[in-house]
Amino acid sequence: MKFAHLLAASSLALMAAAGAHAKTLVYCSEGSPEGFDPAPYTAGTTFDAASQAVYNQLVEFKPGTTEIAPALAESYEISDDGLEYTFHLRPGVKFHTTDFFTPTRELNADDVIFSFMRQGDESSPWHQYVAGITYEYYSGMEMPTVIKEIQKVDDLTVKFVLTRPEAPFLANLAMDFASILSKEYADKLEAENRKEDLNNAPVGTGPFKFVAYQKDAVIRYQAFDDYWAGREKIDDLIFAITPDPAVRMQKLQAGECHIMPYPAPADIEALKADPNLQVMEQPGLNVAYLAYNTTVAPFDNPNVRKALNMAMNKEAILEAVFQGTGQVAKNPIPPTMWSYNDAVEDTAFDPEAAKKLLEEAGVSDLSMEIWAMPVQRPYMPNARRTAELMQEDFAKIGVNVEIVSYEWGEYLKKSTDPSRKGAVILGWTGDNGDPDNFMGVLLGCSATGDGGANRAQWCNKEFDDLIQKAKVTADQAERIKLYEEAQLVFKRENPWATIAHSTVFMPMSKKVSGYVMNPLGKHGFSGVDIEE
Amino acid sequence: MIRFLLGKLAYLIPTFLGITIVAFGFVRLLPGDPVLLMAGERGITPERHAELSAQLGFDRPIWVQYLDFLGNLFQGDFGLSLTTKKPVLTEFLTLFPATVELGLVAVTLATLIGIPLGVFAAIKRGSWFDQISMGTALVGYSMPIFWWGLLLIIFFSGILKWTPVSGRIDLLYFFPNGTGFMLWDSLVSGQKGAFLSAVRHLILPAIVLATIPMAVIARQSRSAMLEVLGEDYVRTARAKGMSPFRVISVHALRNALIPVVTTIGLQVGVVMAGAILTETIFSWPGIGKWMIDSISRRDYPSVQGGLLLMAGVVMLVNLIVDLLYGVINPRIRHS
Repeated sequence: MKFAHLLAASSLALMAAAGAHAKTLVYCSEGSPEGFDPAPYTAGTTFDAASQAVYNQLVEFKPGTTEIAPALAESYEISDDGLEYTFHLRPGVKFHTTDFFTPTRELNADDVIFSFMRQGDESSPWHQYVAGITYEYYSGMEMPTVIKEIQKVDDLTVKFVLTRPEAPFLANLAMDFASILSKEYADKLEAENRKEDLNNAPVGTGPFKFVAYQKDAVIRYQAFDDYWAGREKIDDLIFAITPDPAVRMQKLQAGECHIMPYPAPADIEALKADPNLQVMEQPGLNVAYLAYNTTVAPFDNPNVRKALNMAMNKEAILEAVFQGTGQVAKNPIPPTMWSYNDAVEDTAFDPEAAKKLLEEAGVSDLSMEIWAMPVQRPYMPNARRTAELMQEDFAKIGVNVEIVSYEWGEYLKKSTDPSRKGAVILGWTGDNGDPDNFMGVLLGCSATGDGGANRAQWCNKEFDDLIQKAKVTADQAERIKLYEEAQLVFKRENPWATIAHSTVFMPMSKKVSGYVMNPLGKHGFSGVDIEE
Repeated sequence: MIRFLLGKLAYLIPTFLGITIVAFGFVRLLPGDPVLLMAGERGITPERHAELSAQLGFDRPIWVQYLDFLGNLFQGDFGLSLTTKKPVLTEFLTLFPATVELGLVAVTLATLIGIPLGVFAAIKRGSWFDQISMGTALVGYSMPIFWWGLLLIIFFSGILKWTPVSGRIDLLYFFPNGTGFMLWDSLVSGQKGAFLSAVRHLILPAIVLATIPMAVIARQSRSAMLEVLGEDYVRTARAKGMSPFRVISVHALRNALIPVVTTIGLQVGVVMAGAILTETIFSWPGIGKWMIDSISRRDYPSVQGGLLLMAGVVMLVNLIVDLLYGVINPRIRHS
């Protein structure tokens, strides 16, 4: 506590020195960060405050896309067998000089190795630098089994040796958990016996340096003068933590902040009508779906699943639940993702044909459960209402639906039970823009079983072979072909009803320019300017 | 007096132990667990779930966990937050001043308006003033706080632009070495406009939080006053030819206030509960908002530690009120 006060005190003097001329951007963020070390966390709110502002990764997503671009690594080579990734670090990259740390050296290979090995190496003194810390993304992206070792070739060259070819590996390295921290700073904290400050007072190479965090209220940053990609146009960046969407909107309209995330869907018209505001929008990299349990009769019959999908009026759901924004989904991946197969024809909405198909399958008097999530997610504003609409649709073909729900944690768990009865409404937002992050994670055979993310328990050999092959293929064109084919198999088999891809809105003052929406749902302010 | 105090304290110990059980049990009785919530849509294999649960100590028998919690408690250790990995006590102490400031201003506001309102209503019993003020109090008592807060924001901040929408002070001001009490910090900082900004930020949340206690205090004051006004000694005082003002202020009011003091003390608990919603609407960085976040994340140590500390505060305030009661009412002290 004392330390935080101290550092904040000296920063205040700095901020005051910047005076009234400082260009300040205020972002009404939706919640408090869990900490400032991105690796132990999984929440976007934490990434916005930590990695997006303060850190960089070896490679990054080009602004506004999911394409990989060089960042702290100026260039990289991948060996022909796909087992060795060699990164050439950008020379002359400086870490933040703050009131609590003055770096004596520039970025080098040690920082990279430290940033990964603290997560992967259980014997590292940094693995458990605070009791109970875990690295969910590192293990979720299968890093412990994929990375064999990380070698320092020289000060500016690092080589990752893998245990198997892994096509999404590069995209994984652009994720927040792969942020590069300063080993020199970590050593200093370790020597001073206050390792926990790695999570409280971050030092990175990113566009903004951390100044102070007043818990649950305000986070303050300053533009980093020596940022390797060029100093930002704004001087100060402030996160004003405002959890309620209606209050965020009021603050934006009153000029107390300049930009806000996650407006309430019902407020978007009013925000668009405000002459002082502009509302940016972008298709979200997400999908909402209804997963049948394909191992339980009669849902093990693809024709039954198809019949139900034909009975579902998705346009009506889009209108009622998504307020007409977003788009009806036909594939398990969103259209903005590479390898999206637009040639796939969606199951047509046709209750009459659906009824017939169900009869042909020998199913009558079907009663089923539809599970509705108890929470709002970016991909699904109102699961209960969606379930009610489905209930009406299914009633028209003689299927009786009972809607059930559980507390969110229970819902997540029970929905992975292989013997589960009923179809589950759920969705997914992409982590790294790789199709495997949807098709492999949500529909692969390895994701079936208790606790897996394959809630349809759908293990189709034809589909799985295609995505497994794509995962180890380095050639992008070849991967695209494989995933396109996999989407055809998916549609033929209908393990899910694909519901919708939502649109993400970002209301902001007209004074703000240069903001680029991030398809992965992060909020970064590099390149943003504000008119005074 | 000392015996009175010891008697009160003797009650506190079993109460406190009871609260540890409630605080510990409450969050564990809720369905869902922190590991599942952390894993999200990705799911978690039973093996990994077991591994993480073991790491957090949730695999031990529940009574072992409770005894562990209790043992640490006696050493002043409330545990680490599962989310921020910081000591729960540190988190509490960081946020507590914001809640205290808001709560104190709200209770003061409720008292300053509630008592005169109730007293006048009693004196003018049956008049239009009585009808309107008690009707308003009833409305205030049944006001849904969230809706009421939003309504005030839209009207006073959105349309009239008199008050800021949310937060504790203009972002321009920043007192890193402060006490956490914004009114005080802004005043001693000497920065121009800081105190005024803090006051302006406090107005709406204080009104919202004061609404229910104000209604309760007004109604309690009215009925206490009515009772006293019917007493023989008041009639005697009037018969002596004392001025109506003296009769009310000296003879009636002092006695009527005795039950009101207890009511005000009880409002501390109401204010703590009201803070949860009020702080969430006004983005007020206090205990209430912290509790909501911790509950939704199933952050067991934060919830149990936070509940316990809040309960401790309420108990302490009630103890003080009890003592105060003894001071102003000799009958209690000597019985």
